[in-house]
Amino acid sequence: MTSAGFQALLPLVVLAIGATILMLQIAWARNPRVTATLATLTLVLAGLSCRLAAEHAPLQVTPLLLADHLALMFCALFCLAGAVTALLAQDYISRGDEPEEFFLLLVLATIGACVLAYAVHLASLLLGLELLSISLYTLIAYPNKSILPLEAAVKYLVLSGAASATVLFGFALLYAATGALGFSALGEGLGDSTTGQSILLPAAVMIFAGLGFKLSVVPFHLWTPDVYEGAPSPVSGFLASVAKAAVFVALLRLFLDADLFRYRILVEITGLLAIFSMLAGNLLALLQSNIKRMLAYSSIAHIGYLMIVFMVCINGANRALAVEAASFYLIAYTATTIAAFGLLTLISSDPSGRENVQLQDISGLFWREPLLACLMLTALLSLAGIPLTAGFIAKFYLVNAAVAGHNWVLLFSLVIGSAIGIYYYLRVIYYMTRRPEEHGADFSLTRNLRGRILSGILIASILLLGVAPQSLMQYLRAILH
Amino acid sequence: MNMIVLIVILLVGGMLAWQFEKLNPNLPRWTALATVTAALLFLLATVPAEPIQLMTEPGQAGPWLAHLKLAWMPRFGISLELAMDGLSLLLLVLTLALGLIAIASSWSEIDFKPGLFQANLLWTLAGVCGVFLAVDMFLFFLFWEVMLIPMYLLIAIWGHENKSYAAMKFFIFTQASGLLMLLAIVVLAWQGMAVSGQLSFSYFDLLGVSLDSRLGWLTMLGFFLAFTVKLPAFPFHTWLPDAHTQAPTAGSVLLAGILLKTGAYGLLRFCIPLFPELSMQFAPVAMGLGAAGVIYGAVLAFAQTDFKRLVAYSSVSHMGFVLLGLYAWNQLALQGAVMQMVAHGVSTAALFMLAGALQHRLHTRDMGRMGGLWHQAPRMGACAMFFAVASLGLPGLGNFVAEFLVLLGLFAVHPWLTVIAALGLITAAIYSLWLMQQAFQGHPDEQREMADFDVREMAAMAAMIVALIWLGLYPQPVLDLAQPVLDSLQAITRGDSAAAALATTGGRL
Repeated sequence: MTSAGFQALLPLVVLAIGATILMLQIAWARNPRVTATLATLTLVLAGLSCRLAAEHAPLQVTPLLLADHLALMFCALFCLAGAVTALLAQDYISRGDEPEEFFLLLVLATIGACVLAYAVHLASLLLGLELLSISLYTLIAYPNKSILPLEAAVKYLVLSGAASATVLFGFALLYAATGALGFSALGEGLGDSTTGQSILLPAAVMIFAGLGFKLSVVPFHLWTPDVYEGAPSPVSGFLASVAKAAVFVALLRLFLDADLFRYRILVEITGLLAIFSMLAGNLLALLQSNIKRMLAYSSIAHIGYLMIVFMVCINGANRALAVEAASFYLIAYTATTIAAFGLLTLISSDPSGRENVQLQDISGLFWREPLLACLMLTALLSLAGIPLTAGFIAKFYLVNAAVAGHNWVLLFSLVIGSAIGIYYYLRVIYYMTRRPEEHGADFSLTRNLRGRILSGILIASILLLGVAPQSLMQYLRAILH
Repeated sequence: MNMIVLIVILLVGGMLAWQFEKLNPNLPRWTALATVTAALLFLLATVPAEPIQLMTEPGQAGPWLAHLKLAWMPRFGISLELAMDGLSLLLLVLTLALGLIAIASSWSEIDFKPGLFQANLLWTLAGVCGVFLAVDMFLFFLFWEVMLIPMYLLIAIWGHENKSYAAMKFFIFTQASGLLMLLAIVVLAWQGMAVSGQLSFSYFDLLGVSLDSRLGWLTMLGFFLAFTVKLPAFPFHTWLPDAHTQAPTAGSVLLAGILLKTGAYGLLRFCIPLFPELSMQFAPVAMGLGAAGVIYGAVLAFAQTDFKRLVAYSSVSHMGFVLLGLYAWNQLALQGAVMQMVAHGVSTAALFMLAGALQHRLHTRDMGRMGGLWHQAPRMGACAMFFAVASLGLPGLGNFVAEFLVLLGLFAVHPWLTVIAALGLITAAIYSLWLMQQAFQGHPDEQREMADFDVREMAAMAAMIVALIWLGLYPQPVLDLAQPVLDSLQAITRGDSAAAALATTGGRL
């Protein structure tokens, strides 16, 4: 590998070295504080190193990885999200025994997500996917003394394993038809080969089913609420944001590089899945009284909104706008989701070991903890797509892309879904504003300076993306056009 | 720049009021009062005397008094574009004046977190001011949605017994219809791009963009729905009685006095000029909805036993006249619609303030449990009498001028609808007098002890009484202020290119 190639992979290298150091440090002397600090440092450094790596972008490093600006931007996003998760989780996870490996696993999961962002080859896609998933199984089960995380982890392990196997089968079929594994070679092979057409559909269905499972697209969503509910809150946040964004980026890249938009039937399947996800996700979220389950269904709906971009991409002229919209949406969605689960983490960090995630638990939060309530308020408004928040600009992007592509049915589903969504987001806000005489919540929160600073940063970033998104817009436009 | 300063004053005042609560629970009220007064004085002091001069045809003036354009999101051709003409100015003054009334009406009512209450009130005002000033469609939508959040909080936190339901319904109705408008705005902008090659959300660039008929209809309906839900017109009015009834007094004053006017303003400024031909084709339907609203609102108002609900339904009836006036789209009817926006704002704000004062004293809004109040509180009775007759359209008061002008203008377009709408004047008399009879006349309940209006409340009432008499006896200044705007809007819809150019020059400076 050349030195330029090495530099282009700097984020991965930093993460890998960091993971090794963490392992050695844990073996040497257990100290949760040191481990957490090292992990955060690694993730932040890896995020910053994306800037250095961008000097040579775009650069193909080995047939497996392509270090272009898009990959590096998402790497930076995943590393920062990982760092925030590590900071948020510190108090939450330290109440159990031996919390050190949690941070190691978090770094490993982030490597998996970053590899997915780089992937232009089915092998690297699978490697990233498995690295991410296997770390997540353990992360979900990490609070080893309680039954709920264990149940969630086993559920996720079995189903996710099956999904990975299905994806692998799909890849094998593609390989059999074309003899290629690289995304663009695959696309050319499909065009040339005569058997390609007949094998493409079964292969695509398998890959959709597997990746759709990881993205929790309806009808592959059934695991989502249970796993989100059972997993520790910081992990749910990571799972909902980084894990999904990484898989989405990889899927989008597969479609773009192999030019699968040629096959209209495939794209129409994504459109159909999008509509199902938007409607089912929002409708089912209405019924939840557990905030984590509610956010799980809402994440299903959001992935549905995102899937709109596939239909927009059919017309080559709109493709750049669609990818731009998807990128902005993923960034906004990641920040918002981390913020929403961050609040749940912060209010569940008390030593009692109970997760305060029922609607009842956040009753009157505005009067008890104004800053934390503002964090949740910002996150919910952003998820609902109310102006001045990141979520609104993201939705605005999607609407523009869909209007440019004349996808009226999808737009209509988006409007209906969002209108339904307002109800359950507002309900949480209403609970938070209940007056002291109306709420019965009794737990007290420990004063936590780190949590407060993080809340401030998350609120500021969501509002900044909503009020002054122009520099990010310019950057996205510059790297995608 | 002045227009931004105006909004910033209100936003900062809200922050201060919120924070000052920690120092002294009385301070937020004074802060809010000072803020709105300052904003009102600032607005009146900085109004340019002369309209902006035309660049192309010197010597002739367009309707715009001020214009500001700052780059914001060049990616989508979105800018921070604000402009003020006579209509905006009129509605801004109404907004700030009713803001003062709202603060006065909540003076002793709010004990729970008064700082945050005043902050939300001021932020709502800031959002409404933004709506009346924004001429970038994206910015307009932003203000349109953002003003809902403080209003939602006002109802959800300080509302009455059924506040959760009412606040939710209010938000979902306006937000869902707002999403349709967002869709319509984006479609319009992309259509504009297909014509001019450049994506822009500026009102001035989008005027005159024509859509093919099916898409055009849907887009126009997107705007129409968003605005008529807010107006509200029959049959989209069902959120209104709940929201008005459950809101705290200041919230009802803001809702009825100002927020409903944003819907009328949207129709007048955006919906009709952007789609002149389709609007003309659609006018019979819109006017039909207006006439239905006039009658339906009045009939339902008569059926209410709840004081606030009665006033709320009377709003539906009165706003029906606005819809009629707007879609009749001739000079008299438009003047009437603008007058109605102002006069209804004042008279309904006063009635809601009365309702709030009664509820504060009697702890009920049920008219069955009132009666004979005039003897115990003669000042309240007199004020209620005045605003009840104003609301039923007594000649000499503002509402009469408004409704008369609307009917006069409408008669030229649609005589039969005029006949139906005129029935609304009779039904208005029935429910207004019914209200007086139920609450204030009859035998007083001897056990009741209640305080009459104090100096603060009388001052607010006196201000509104003077305003209504002035509007009724000498409405010319209001009409003069709005006239250039109405002329230019009518010119746009006539497709009169020279006049349309005149109207849009504000944007090209």
